[in-house]
Amino acid sequence: MAQYPIEIILLRQWAGYLSVPIWITDPDGNLVYFNESAEKMMGVSFDDSGEMPPAELLETFSITDAAGDPIEFHDLPLVIALTTHKPAHRHIRARSADGDPLDLQVTALPVEGEGGRHLGAMVAFWEASE
Amino acid sequence: MRVTFWGTRGSLARSGPSTVRYGGDTAAVEVQADDGSTLFLDAGSGISRAKPPTNGRVDVLLTHLHMDHIQGLGFCKPLFDPALESHIWGPSSTTMALDERLGRYLSPPLFPVRLRDLPRAKVHDLAPTTIEIGPFRIVVDLICHPGPTLGYRIEDEAGGSIAYLPDHEPALGTRRFPIAPAWTSGHALAEGVDVLIHDAQYTDAEYQERVGWGHSAFAQTVAFAQQAGVKTLVPFHHDPDHSDDFLDHMFEEAIVGPLQMVAGRQDITIEV
Repeated sequence: MAQYPIEIILLRQWAGYLSVPIWITDPDGNLVYFNESAEKMMGVSFDDSGEMPPAELLETFSITDAAGDPIEFHDLPLVIALTTHKPAHRHIRARSADGDPLDLQVTALPVEGEGGRHLGAMVAFWEASE
Repeated sequence: MRVTFWGTRGSLARSGPSTVRYGGDTAAVEVQADDGSTLFLDAGSGISRAKPPTNGRVDVLLTHLHMDHIQGLGFCKPLFDPALESHIWGPSSTTMALDERLGRYLSPPLFPVRLRDLPRAKVHDLAPTTIEIGPFRIVVDLICHPGPTLGYRIEDEAGGSIAYLPDHEPALGTRRFPIAPAWTSGHALAEGVDVLIHDAQYTDAEYQERVGWGHSAFAQTVAFAQQAGVKTLVPFHHDPDHSDDFLDHMFEEAIVGPLQMVAGRQDITIEV
């Protein structure tokens, strides 16, 4: 069985203790883990869902900018983090897996390992109204 | 290949009547192929007793730079033999090259001999990769331990395999252990190997007081080895405060199922 890099493993262990919803993706944008705090927006636990491809994520959440206008794929914080290897932040609106409106601040951080290894990204979500 | 344990103690060398059977020297393991090709895994105090290889080359593979894994470098006779081409391999860092970091120890006032005084030594920074040295194929990966720390999987041409993870805390941050193999540090290195040399520094009770120190309880080590489908486990990196009698008792109580176990004792040799 393929094993995740230690940086991703430790990130998951850490995220598991946080109250902030966290996604962890691989370099291709596949969602390889989300923590319990993210279960409400995901509508499912990670144990039940397993990994998700990026297309499924986009389809599930119907993401727009704060004004309700569509966001170009390459302007999504996660996509910026994965393609430029730099952090990105944005205020977005979306719908949870259950259809509830979400008003979120999103921060995506690239996970860069030693030896120039691009390992994926971590995305954190905050309620924009908080 | 033959695996010889020149040092099995962790953290601090401990000589005396209570460490006669398991040994008091710190981590140093020699792996020798049938053609004489030789790897030294870590350079704790035990490496001071290692003999020069006969094939004209010596390779020292460091897992990390904690003192118990490098303090024997200045006493490693093969590295001072001008007839031998020597290579020191170890973890890369984002801040300093390996030779600079080793030079902090191998230089006055901490040590009278400088790294550059080794006659034919080349130093190699290692990130996760696969390298070949003589008949050995070596898979290198980062594992869970404070600071950049490597684990090694070594395979020979005859199909033998060992994994060396002397300082490793795969249970860190888990609510239960083991968890899924894909999410377990070191699993890919250890999967299916003939011999796993693995950190087993603590009892369960000791581990609870030392979470995050980078080491494993023996029970965690057994669980890790079983999940990885290892044939023979060598518990290693014994706590300096654990006497021979204490270790006898700790290992006797283990329930290892089909897993074979050979306790890591100084000066033993295992054929793989």
